[in-house]
Order: sequence, then structure tokens, then C-alpha cells
Amino acid sequence: MQENRIDDVLAAFRGKQGSLIPILQKVQERLGFLSGESISFISKALRISESEIFGVASFYAQFRFTKPGEHCVKVCLGTACHVRGGALIMDAMERELGVPAGGTTPDFKFTLERVACFGSCALAPVIVTDKKVHGSMTPAKAKDILDQYRRRQG
Amino acid sequence: MRRLNSPGEVEKFRREILSARNPAEPCISVCAGTGCLASGAMEVLEAFKAELDRQGLKTRVDVKGSGCPGFCERGPVVVVFPEEICYLQVAAGDVPEIVARTIGEKKVVERLLYVDPATGGRAVRESDIPFYRNQTRNLLCSNVRIDSKKIEDYVAAGGYSALAKALSGMTPVQVLDEVRKSNLRGRGGAGFPTGEKWKGSRNAPDPVKYVIVNADEGDPGAFMDRALLEGNPHSVLEGLIIGAYCVGSREGYVYVRQEYPLAVENVNLAIRQAGECGFLGKDILGSGFDFEVKVHKGAGAFVCGESTALMTALEGRPGEPRPKYVRSNIKGLWNRPSVLNNVETWANVPLIINNGADWFAKIGTRTSTGTKIFSLVGKINNTGLVEVPMGIRLRDIIYGIGGGIPGGKKFKAVQTGGPSGGCIPGELLDLEVGFDELTKAGSMMGSGGMIVMDEDTCMVDVARYFIEFLTDESCGKCVPCREGLRQMHRILADITKGRGKEGDLEILEELSETAVEASLCALGKSAPNPFLSTLRHFRNEYEAHIREKRCPALSCKDLISYWVDPGKCRGCMSCLRKCPAGAIDGGKKKIHIISQEKCTRCGTCMDACPSKYGAVTKISGRPVPPPVPEENRAIAGKSSEE
Ligand SMILES: Cc1cc2nc3c(=O)[nH]c(=O)nc-3n(C[C@H](O)[C@H](O)[C@H](O)COP(=O)(O)O)c2cc1C
Repeated sequence: MQENRIDDVLAAFRGKQGSLIPILQKVQERLGFLSGESISFISKALRISESEIFGVASFYAQFRFTKPGEHCVKVCLGTACHVRGGALIMDAMERELGVPAGGTTPDFKFTLERVACFGSCALAPVIVTDKKVHGSMTPAKAKDILDQYRRRQG
Repeated sequence: MRRLNSPGEVEKFRREILSARNPAEPCISVCAGTGCLASGAMEVLEAFKAELDRQGLKTRVDVKGSGCPGFCERGPVVVVFPEEICYLQVAAGDVPEIVARTIGEKKVVERLLYVDPATGGRAVRESDIPFYRNQTRNLLCSNVRIDSKKIEDYVAAGGYSALAKALSGMTPVQVLDEVRKSNLRGRGGAGFPTGEKWKGSRNAPDPVKYVIVNADEGDPGAFMDRALLEGNPHSVLEGLIIGAYCVGSREGYVYVRQEYPLAVENVNLAIRQAGECGFLGKDILGSGFDFEVKVHKGAGAFVCGESTALMTALEGRPGEPRPKYVRSNIKGLWNRPSVLNNVETWANVPLIINNGADWFAKIGTRTSTGTKIFSLVGKINNTGLVEVPMGIRLRDIIYGIGGGIPGGKKFKAVQTGGPSGGCIPGELLDLEVGFDELTKAGSMMGSGGMIVMDEDTCMVDVARYFIEFLTDESCGKCVPCREGLRQMHRILADITKGRGKEGDLEILEELSETAVEASLCALGKSAPNPFLSTLRHFRNEYEAHIREKRCPALSCKDLISYWVDPGKCRGCMSCLRKCPAGAIDGGKKKIHIISQEKCTRCGTCMDACPSKYGAVTKISGRPVPPPVPEENRAIAGKSSEE
């Protein structure tokens, strides 16, 4: 049951105003996404309707409602990256992984996401795999990085 | 950490820290900002620690991970003090040599120094590098000397002395007067006079007030707030505490975007350390003034950088802006008076208190005082953060500091002000950079993004890009923005795909006018700027797309074709091997042909073709010549493979 995996999160924020977003962030950090089950649990605990919670969560780009892949590949499409060919990197990643931005591969190995800006503009174009930033990307270099992840899984 | 109980103890603490250090002893500072970390700074830092340990120098040489000095492109950046020798693009493998030569023999490792591309001369110290030499680094100068995770480093550099000064010798009104006199204007976008904003909150009768740091930095292409908050978090906190003292607030927030994990980490740590030292919490420095700060991680929505939306988000709701009949400094967060300022605005406050308003107002121009940090990125030789006095000419930033455009390409435009800003063409390069000057040129200061574009950048695509970004980020509350931008994007996308029609530009102008007039917040009101400014300065590019289905910059994928010039192809097979789409037919000593059906227009072949041949070209606005007949594809002479 997920409840006992997140009830300490809720306990930590009990009675504090404005805590819905930090709670959702903590829950997603723990579960990887916001499951229907976890939303209904938060709803009961905070006495906020599920639809309202969904309304808040779906407003923000950070929250996910489906299970993500094991690795997250984020392609930056900020202005600096765009001017230096970020869209070509995105095309290459979509082609390599066979899923559109926002999608997860059927084997749940990779989730592909687009991000507005990581603030690593001097290294544009940039991709981020899990927490690692890779700068000065080309479609070929980005593919090599994916291959490294694939090999590691052997 | 020990608690300081009076303003006087700050200076004592500083002296103690300094006396425990020997300024003649070497200190190695490795930039540990996000940019350099991406280039391997952590490995370099670890390598220094291991190497010094191995050589038994650990106690004699200090190593630290510092804040971002701004020259991210040449990272990892390493500076060796006291000589201030600056090494660029350092790898872990270079470390033993640096320790042996520079620490051991006091000699310079020539090959890691900056080489001036114009003269070929080498620069030993940071201040000798033109990128740095032509800046005025009042805010960024400390970054490289400070370990952003150590409050002692900040205090040693004079940190928290402004707070001590304010709490010991100045009334809140005197602080306010100083800030007003400095003419400091907000660095986050609109350039609103900071002192006036504070005054409104200070005079509001409600006893509960908030002060907030806007570190949402939503402008895609800007990262100065990240560098400040990551590299020198205490400078922002010190400004915030002084602001809280001035307006009478006991609670503050730092709203940071979650895309900046290191900034979140460092500012949280800074808050804890400041609390332990008595700069935050109850009875700050024994003055009786209480103040606390919390960090809120923004969950990813550009519009949340807007003041009223940010406050709604802090309250735990969808970050939708509200009309500003009453300003948020009077009724903001939870309907209380709330002062919201940008990271850089707050970081300027300690400088103003320490050096005085007159000192600050002397920098820059009459209406735009002080320095401003820009993130100089895009098609420019030296990319990174540049801090310059207001009033500097654009040309001096782009050529003097940025070193001009790479690859011998021609400058086309510089985009300032983020998605709400505009593009400034070459004719206006002598423009003085200031809030009012940029607005007059059809752009704006914004938060300081400065994206340089060259002849290969398509201005229609740039407008489409920004409008798409803003369509995605529109909160959906008001119609002109939600629906208007969506239509604008559709038309602009059609134009870049070769489906533009006569009359499109007029419709776009009409939609722009409606969005500007009728949107609820500044996101919608300024959203058409990227379109309007590019239309104003680059109408010919729009017309080429619409009438000739031609992209003059050879950038719009649907309007270009890659073609191998049979006269130049040497049959080396480089492009064929690298093509990810398998679209190239060829062989040894055989003219290569790109299948236009299979080609995805990724440009890999063009990069792969050896520059001495330059056989791959882009074509737009006219048909691709028919393929060479099979019997004529053999290339005479020696094969030029490899
Ligand atoms: C759509 C939109 C996004 C904004 N994003 C930011 C931002 O990311 N950071 C920021 O400091 N100001 C941002 N602003 C400006 C803020 O509304 C506000 O003017 C500013 O934070 C006030 O601080 P300042 O006076 O110190 O500049 C944004 C404004 C709009 C309309």
C-alpha cells in the first residue's frame, strides 16, 4: 500500500499553510510520479478535493501522473539551446528512443522530456540524463550517451 | 558555528577567520557551478584533494569549490591564489602538473592559460582576459573567492557587514532613504524602483508583511540568478534580511525553480548557517529584530515568475496571475503587504548599504544606475555571464567582451528581455544599454538574457519559438493570451513550414494588438514582442518565407534541402557513414547522393563533410538539381578516403 510510504510526508507538513505543492513534490520524489491512489490519500489527509489537487498538479510542468522510465532524458529547448540547434537534438532523441517528448519507452528504461531551460546556456545545446548535465551536444554525441546507458544495463 | 550577539561581533568574527589564514599560502579554487560541474569540475576538485594529499601538502594548500565566475564555456575554471593564475578547461589529468609546477615551483602551466584569438598572446590572470577585463564585477567578483557552502568565506570577504551596519547605526527609514537615493531599479523585468516598492509596504498598516526573493528565473537563456544564488547565496540573504528590517517583515521566502537543484541546496545550507550565526532567527545580532526565511521550490511554470502568480503559487494554488488593482506590496501573499524582488536586486542591497547610495548612483546612467549582469549566449565567441555598468553600448558587450561572432559569420541580431523582449538588429549596436533605451528599441531589459544570433538564425523561427514557448506557458486564465497566442503560433509555424499566405502578417498584427491591449498580465501583454520586433526589423525574411517559400537563413527544416555538389564530392564516405537516417547513397570514389525522401535534415552530413571539400550545401527556395546519372558517378583519380 502506498499510504504508509507517504504518510510521514504528510505528517511533516500538518497544519502548515501553503503546503500542498511541497507535499506533491515530496510524494513525487518518493514514488516517481503522482499515482491516483496517492492523490486520493493526500485529498483525505488535507481535506482538499481530488479534483482540486489534480488541478494544481496538472498546472505545473514538474508533476507526472504516469510511471516514468528508469532513466530520464531531458532535452533543453531554451533560447540559447534553440539557437544552437536544440531541436535537432530533440529530433534525434525522439528517433532513437522511438517515443515523442513526454513519452516513456515500452520497456520503461527511458522517459524523454523537454525542458525550457537548465541555466547551462553557455554550454548549449544541453541535455540532462538523470542528474548529469551534458553540454555542447550534437545528434551523434547525444546518441552515444544513450548507448552508454543501454550498455550499462547490459 | 558560533552565534554572534551584536553587530560589533561580525567584524571580530571576520578578523578571527582572516587571522587563521595565511594570505601568502596558496589556495586553489575550482568553480563548482552547474556549468563547470557539467564539464567535469567535481573530478578536478577530487583530483586536487587526492594529489595534495599524496604530496603531503594538504595542510599547506587550501582547495575549494567556488561559485560561478561566469566563463562557463571554458570550464572547468581553476584559479590559483594568491597569484590569481587562471586555468581554463582543466581536466583531472592536468592536476598533477598544476600541483607540481604552480604550487611546487611557482611556475605557470602555459598550455592551460587563456589564449587571445586576436593576438595569440596568453593571459595569466583572470583580470588579463578580455572577457573579464572589460567588465565591472561588483556582484560577481566574490564568487570565485568564496566557497558557496561556507559562511566563513562570505564573512571573510566582508559579508554581513552591511547588515551589521544597518542594525547598529541605521533606522529602517534611513535604510529606505539610502535605497531610494541609490535609484536601484528591479533586475527581474520591469525595472520598478526598488525603494518605492519598499516604501509602499513599509507604510502599509498591516503588521504582518512578507519579503520574497524571485529566483524563478523563467527566461530560457538566462542564468545569472542561478549563478548568484548558487555561488554566493549569503549575498542574496543579506539583502533580504536588510529589506525585511526596512519594511518590518518577520518572514521571508525564496522562490527557486526546481530545475536549479544546486541553487536550492546551497541556499538551504546558507539559511541554516546564517541561523546558527545569528543573522537569521530571533533577536538578530542582539538587535531585537526577528526574521525567518523559507525556501519554496517552484514546480515549473514560467508564469509563476510574475509577481501575483508567484504569490498564488506560494499559497499552494495554480500560479495564475490576478489583476493588479491593488499592488502586491500592499496586498500580496495571503493578502498581506509583500515585497517581491529579483535575486540580483536583493544582492545589490548590501553593496548600497556598505558603499552608500552615492557610490551606487555614480555607476551607470542617471535613469539606470549600478551594474547589470547579462547572460551572453548563443552565437558568440565568449559565452558566459558578464557584469557591466548600465549605459554600456551593446557593441562593447558583444565585441569587446564577447569577442564577436564565431566562425567568421555575420552578426544578425541580439535578443534581449527573454520571451517578452525583442530582437535588436545590427544598426542599433551603438545603443546604450538601459531600461528605457531598450524599451524604446522595441525590446526590453528583462532579467538580462542576451542571445546573439548570426546569419544562420532565422528570425521568423525565433518569433515562432518564443510564441510557442509562451503558448505553452500561458496559464489559460484570459482569452487574448490563451487563444490569441495559440493562433499566432499556428500561423507562424505555417510560415516556417512553407504554408504562409498573403494576409498572414496582417492577421498576426491584429492578434498582437489584441493580446497587448486586453491580456490580464504582462505575459500576454508582452508576448507579441518577439513577433513585432522581428517584423519591424526583418520584414524581408517573413516575405521570403511567405512568397518564395524560402528561408534566407537556411534554417527552417521544411524549406531547405541538403544536397551534395557533384563537382566537389570526393567520394570519401564520411557523410554516408555518419548519416543517422541512412539517406545517403555512395561508395569509394563515387559521387554521393542524398535521398530527399529519406533525409531528416539533421545536418550531420554537412558537419561530417571535410571542410577542405565542403561538398554538402543547403538549398532553399529552388528545387534540388536532379541526381547525377549512375554512369557518371565514378570519381577519377586517387581515392581520398581518410
Ligand atoms: C510572465 C512573467 C515572468 C516573470 N518571470 C520572472 C522571473 O523569472 N524572475 C524575476 O525576477 N522576475 C520575473 N518577472 C517579473 C516579476 O513580475 C517582478 O516584476 C519582479 O520579480 C520584481 O522584482 P524586481 O523589481 O526586483 O525586478 C516576470 C514577469 C512576468 C510577467
